[in-house]
Amino acid sequence: MATTFTLISTITVGSGGAATISFTSIPSTYTDLCLKVSARTNYAASVNDGLQIYFNGLTTNLTTRELYGTGSAAGSGTDTVNKIGYMTAINATTNTFGNGEIYIPNYTSSNYKSSSGDGVSESNATGAFMAMNANLWSSTDAITSITLKSANAGSQVFQQYSTASLYGILKA
Amino acid sequence: METRIEINCTTGKITEHELTQAELDQRETDRVAYEMEQANKEAEQAAKAAARAELLARLGITEEEAELLK
Repeated sequence: MATTFTLISTITVGSGGAATISFTSIPSTYTDLCLKVSARTNYAASVNDGLQIYFNGLTTNLTTRELYGTGSAAGSGTDTVNKIGYMTAINATTNTFGNGEIYIPNYTSSNYKSSSGDGVSESNATGAFMAMNANLWSSTDAITSITLKSANAGSQVFQQYSTASLYGILKA
Repeated sequence: METRIEINCTTGKITEHELTQAELDQRETDRVAYEMEQANKEAEQAAKAAARAELLARLGITEEEAELLK
């Protein structure tokens, strides 16, 4: 049970968009971290886009186990990234944003860092991609920075008004 | 020019940086990997649907009748 749930920082993407969103110099004074995201990208090939996360600027030693649904089918899979499910892409209903959350316990410990994420490409339409991810970053380093990016990077960017808020949790 | 946005959680300062060539190259690599992953998912779903259709045909029942068996 959390004794405090404190907003550390929040970012809202401006009119130019952003390829990635990063939180740096994260204080080590909390027990766990929770990141909440509302996002939309300009990925034009679909109505959804994957939302990936990595730590301390490193994109290696990442794995995830995923359960996903598309609105008409479901499945599971693995990947060598960490994910927060899906978010909305540019061909989805105008002015809709996907939303997701990831919980990162014991982010300063010397054990490998597990996290659980979920995200859905909300679009006020019949179909929506959604996923739950069990992530692992196989590193003993304390997490000091977090970066979010589109899974389908290329030239894709987070669109204006996408937001990300990082919270620190203290346990009893 | 593509940029990345960064907030320093200690100072609260928000900065925007232009992507380096290495970052642009990594993004292209990620794009290719993601498209492959999506293609694999779609192929897996298509294979499941085809297998289901084949089974229903062998059983001689419709999709609606198969739903009644659930």
